[in-house]
Amino acid sequence: MNGRAIVSIYKFEMARTLRTIWQSIVSPVISTSLYFVVFGAAIGSRITEIEGVAYGAFIVPGLIMLMLLTQSTMNASFGIYFPRFTGTIYELLSAPVSSFEIACGYVGAAATKSVILGLIILATSWLFVPLHIEHPLWMLGFLVLTAITFSLFGFIIGIWADGFEQLQIIPLLILTPLTFLGGTFYSTHVLPPFWQKVALFNPVVYLVSGFRWSFFEISDVSPAVSLAMTVAFLVLCLVVIWWIFRTGYRLKK
Amino acid sequence: MRPIMPSIISIKNLSKTYASGFTALKTINLDIERGEIFALLGPNGAGKTTLIGIICGILNASTGTVTVGGHDIINDYRAARALIGLVPQELTTDAFESVWDTVSFSRGLFGKPKNPAHIEKILKDLSLWDKKDNKIRTLSGGMKRRVLIAKALSHEPKVLFLDEPTAGVDVELRKDMWQVVRDLRASGVTIILTTHYIEEAEDMADRIGVISKGEIILVERKAELMSKLGKKQLVLHLQKPLEQIPPDIFGLANLTLADGGKELTFTYDTQGERTGVTRLLADLNRLDIRLRDLETRQSSLEEIFIGLVSDNERAATGAQS
Repeated sequence: MNGRAIVSIYKFEMARTLRTIWQSIVSPVISTSLYFVVFGAAIGSRITEIEGVAYGAFIVPGLIMLMLLTQSTMNASFGIYFPRFTGTIYELLSAPVSSFEIACGYVGAAATKSVILGLIILATSWLFVPLHIEHPLWMLGFLVLTAITFSLFGFIIGIWADGFEQLQIIPLLILTPLTFLGGTFYSTHVLPPFWQKVALFNPVVYLVSGFRWSFFEISDVSPAVSLAMTVAFLVLCLVVIWWIFRTGYRLKK
Repeated sequence: MRPIMPSIISIKNLSKTYASGFTALKTINLDIERGEIFALLGPNGAGKTTLIGIICGILNASTGTVTVGGHDIINDYRAARALIGLVPQELTTDAFESVWDTVSFSRGLFGKPKNPAHIEKILKDLSLWDKKDNKIRTLSGGMKRRVLIAKALSHEPKVLFLDEPTAGVDVELRKDMWQVVRDLRASGVTIILTTHYIEEAEDMADRIGVISKGEIILVERKAELMSKLGKKQLVLHLQKPLEQIPPDIFGLANLTLADGGKELTFTYDTQGERTGVTRLLADLNRLDIRLRDLETRQSSLEEIFIGLVSDNERAATGAQS
């Protein structure tokens, strides 16, 4: 096990985050604040509460999840795509590191950044709405697990992408719509029965539902199912990454 | 006779065909001796970078095996790669990191503990010390090339690949670089280099390998290669110009007349039992052809290289037709 390599990649990626602090941290915080202004204050004033929770508070887990998914994916995808784009990937490929160690470094850094971001957004939320977290440890668990899972997903996209457009296309055209349709700003229970069934095919529903349960003990699906689905997606991403490094897909000709 | 050193890199039946169907390497068999400087020469597209890429783990081979220090590059890749430092042909550097950070990163990536004194030495040897806090993107091309060398040396490799290390580098920097290479060789590091500056290979290498169209067409000790394939010329500057070469002179077929009849050139084989120089000079004396001056010239490695590659290409064309 080349632990020093993992630490080196991790530190390298975290240093990149610190260099781009405005883009990495400040910009998502401002976006989230705007969501609160628009959805919490403007629309929330007309919707009093959902399932016994004030609307402003209700959207907090969804908003954190929205940022967590997009930021984890984008961070990790950019982290591995950039060396491919510039050609510095040669150093990773020629170093005595395993695929697992490379993934640990990049995914660990991307997930760390996302968790920090999630916690900052949570703290920002407190400025707008009073919040009480029923299961803080579960909340943290879901936060970390989702950050890792979607950083793995982003890592895969970063290896798959053959240009900056492809790099952006999945977060923008797939993840964001899935998140918006995944119960970020509403409970899927308010949907007509048919669309409730359709929503169950959206993996984000499970993530948001489990996360929201840790805050308010209300959920669209059972928290156990949420946890199982998140872990299943994590395992799927791990298998894909293992296959990528085994075959050299998009990395080695 | 020079003792045969044990090989540090052993390449057996290596071939590479890309997904497009292009065969970059046909069955390559090559051993690199421990502690030598091996120059791999070949025209563009001959397969030099592909060969290096496979040994270093950047490309997958289609067939064959490679061991580095006795470690298989696939089954025992950690041990094999830990021995290797690679300076790639392209100037592929980070942009926003400092020189110090990027070189330290490379050391960590290879699993080595921090050693600021070693990094400092490398940067000083490569005249990068005063740039250590500079962002890489602010450096010139030559300086970036040095950064790549520093990164490759950061983990104290036993084998160093230099793929066109002096491309785009000015003369002064080149001299510094070659001094670093000499020092490395003196410390026991094996060096494999490709270069388009053949005079550099001639100056630096212990052995030369020539690759053409994906095949190693020759591997030879430089001195032996030059004496074996090198033609030598005796250039005679005449006091009075000749209208034509006397027909009864020795070595008529190997003589040419130039410079308005004032320069007579005799081409001879240095490996021959008799070069014919004495007989030629005796004939000149007999024919009362007086000399103003004389000099000898030896083929450069570049001339040898061009001759080899074009022979190989002619052979390949002949085989196809």
